Amino acid sequence: MSSDPEEDYVSWIQTFCESFGHDYFVPVSQDFIEDDFNLTGLSSQVPYYREALYTILDYEVETSEDQPNSVSGAVNSVATTTATTGAASTSATTANATSNGFNDNSRELPNKVLLARSAELLYGLIHSRYIISKPGLTAMATKFERNEFGSCPRYYCDGMHLIPVGATDIPGHETVRLYCPCCNDIYLPSSSRYLNIDGAFFGTTFPGLLVKMFPEIENQCRIRTQRFNSQDFGIKLFGFKINELSSSGPRMKWLRLYPSTEAEKEEYENCELGLPDEFEDLTGSESDMEVGEEEEEEEEEEEEGEDDDRTMASEN
Amino acid sequence: MSNGNEEYGTDSSSDYTEYWIDLFLGIKGNEYYCDIDDEYIRDRFNLTGLNQEVSRVPTLIDIITDSIDIESQPEEHREVLEHNSRILYGLIHARFILTSRGLNKMFEKYRNGDFGYCPRFHCSLHPLLPIGLHDQPRFASVKLYCAKCEDLYNPKSGRHAVVDGAYFGTSFPAMFFQTFPQVIPIHTKDTYVPKVFGFKLHDYSKLNRWRELQRGKLEKRLVKQGIEINNVVGGFVGKNEEEVEVKK
Ligand SMILES: [Zn+2]
Ligand SMILES: [Zn+2]
Repeated sequence: MSSDPEEDYVSWIQTFCESFGHDYFVPVSQDFIEDDFNLTGLSSQVPYYREALYTILDYEVETSEDQPNSVSGAVNSVATTTATTGAASTSATTANATSNGFNDNSRELPNKVLLARSAELLYGLIHSRYIISKPGLTAMATKFERNEFGSCPRYYCDGMHLIPVGATDIPGHETVRLYCPCCNDIYLPSSSRYLNIDGAFFGTTFPGLLVKMFPEIENQCRIRTQRFNSQDFGIKLFGFKINELSSSGPRMKWLRLYPSTEAEKEEYENCELGLPDEFEDLTGSESDMEVGEEEEEEEEEEEEGEDDDRTMASEN
Repeated sequence: MSNGNEEYGTDSSSDYTEYWIDLFLGIKGNEYYCDIDDEYIRDRFNLTGLNQEVSRVPTLIDIITDSIDIESQPEEHREVLEHNSRILYGLIHARFILTSRGLNKMFEKYRNGDFGYCPRFHCSLHPLLPIGLHDQPRFASVKLYCAKCEDLYNPKSGRHAVVDGAYFGTSFPAMFFQTFPQVIPIHTKDTYVPKVFGFKLHDYSKLNRWRELQRGKLEKRLVKQGIEINNVVGGFVGKNEEEVEVKK
C-alpha cells in the first residue's frame, strides 16, 4: 500500500485550496460532502452535477475526450494519457458516469474544461455551506486568527483582521470582499489574485455568524475603538478644521461615530426599532428586518448589486 | 545588440549624468513624491528653519540640485550626506506641495492614481491623497486620505510604511481640495450591516440607524444654511438619482 503513487496522491480539494488565489478557502471535510443533506438543492445549480461531485471526491470521471466516437483517434489517445498520468486517478476508485446508470448515447459527457468549472462551482457552493457549519466555522476562525484574510486597511482599525464575505449568495455575480468587524465596513482584497474569486463561495451569512459565535472578536474591536479615538479626525489647514459649511467640510463623520454623551446614548436607545418620524425617510424604502423580528425581509441587495457592477469585474 | 552596449555604457556611469532628484524619485517607495522645482529648492526663504532638522543644509542643497557630486565629498561622510539629503528633500517637499506649482504637480499624480485608490468597497476606487499625522518628522509614517469616506488608510505596500508623514504634512489634503474644489467628491450614504441567513444583526442595525440619524441632522443643518446637498460636489448621492445613473 505504500507505493509511490499513494504517497504522492494529492486530493482534488487540497489541490484546489492550494492553487493561486484560493487561500481564503478551507478544505471541506469528506464527511460533510458525503452527507446528502448538505448538498440539498445544489444539483439544479451546477451543470454536470454528478460528474462534478465525483471529481471533487477524487473518483475517475469520464469526459467527452474519453469517448472514441466523438474525438479523432490521435486526439483521443493524448486525452487518455493525460487523464491517467495523474497519481490521483491511479489510486481513485473508478466510478464514472456510465457505471451509474447513465447512458452514453442519451447524455452528453462534459469536456474537461466544463467539468473543471463545474467542480469548482460545486465546491464553492458547498464551501459556503460548510463554513457556516460548526466544523467549517471553526476552521475559518483559525484562519481568521492567523490573519490569513489580511488586515483592515483603515488606519484607525489598527490592523484588525478581516473576514471574507459575499454580497450575494447567488454565484456568478460578485467577487469576494472583506468585512472588518471593527469599522463595520467592506473592503476590496488588496491583491488582484482575489479578483476572480466568487463572493458566493463565502456567502452573506458567514461574517455575522463568525462574529456572533466568537465574542472575542467584538471584544477586540471594542478595545480598538476605545484606544483609537478616530472621532477627532478631520482634515485641517494649518491646524484649523475645515468649516462644516465649506464644500470640503466634514460630511462623513457619522459613518464612524459612536454615541458618547448621555444625550447621544439616549438617542441611540431610541433607535432600537426605528428612527424618529422626522428622519424616517433616511433609511430609504428598504425594510430593516432583523434577527428576532418576524416579518419577511424584503430584498435589499439590489442597490448594492448595481453598485458593484460598476467597480468590479463580475465573475465569469 | 547595440542596445545592449548602450546599457552597459550607462551602467558604468561614465559620461551619462543622472540627476539626484530623478534617482531619488525612482527609488521604490518614493512614488508619492513629486519633483520639486530647482528654483524652489534654491530659494533660501523656502528653507527657513530646516537647519534645525538636518545639518549642513547648504551642502545638501548642492547635492540635491546637482551643483556638487556627492562623490567629491570625503568617503566617510557620503552615507550621512545622502541620508540627510533625502530627509531635506522630504521636508522641502511638504512645503512645496502647498504652493500652486506643487499643488498642480500633485494634482497630476492624483489624476494618475499614483497614491492608490480607496480600498473601501463603497468608495468605488476613489483616488487617495498622502497625508501626515504630524508636521514634525519622525512621529509617524505617511497615511492615505480618502475624500469620499473622509477616512485614513495605511498604504498597501510595506515600502511606504517607512516614508515619513511629515514629508507630506497635515495640511496637504485640505489645501488640495480648497485649490481644486471641482474634485471634491459626492459622498455615498451606503453602509454595511452584517446579516445572518438574510436577517440583519440587530445591534449592528441599531448603531447603523443611529449613525444615519446623525447624518440626517447634518443634512438638515446644511439645508437650513441654504447649501445644496443632493448630487453636488461636497454633497451626497441621492437615492433616486443614483438609480437613474445606474440605468444609463
Ligand atoms: Zn476596519
Ligand atoms: Zn474611501
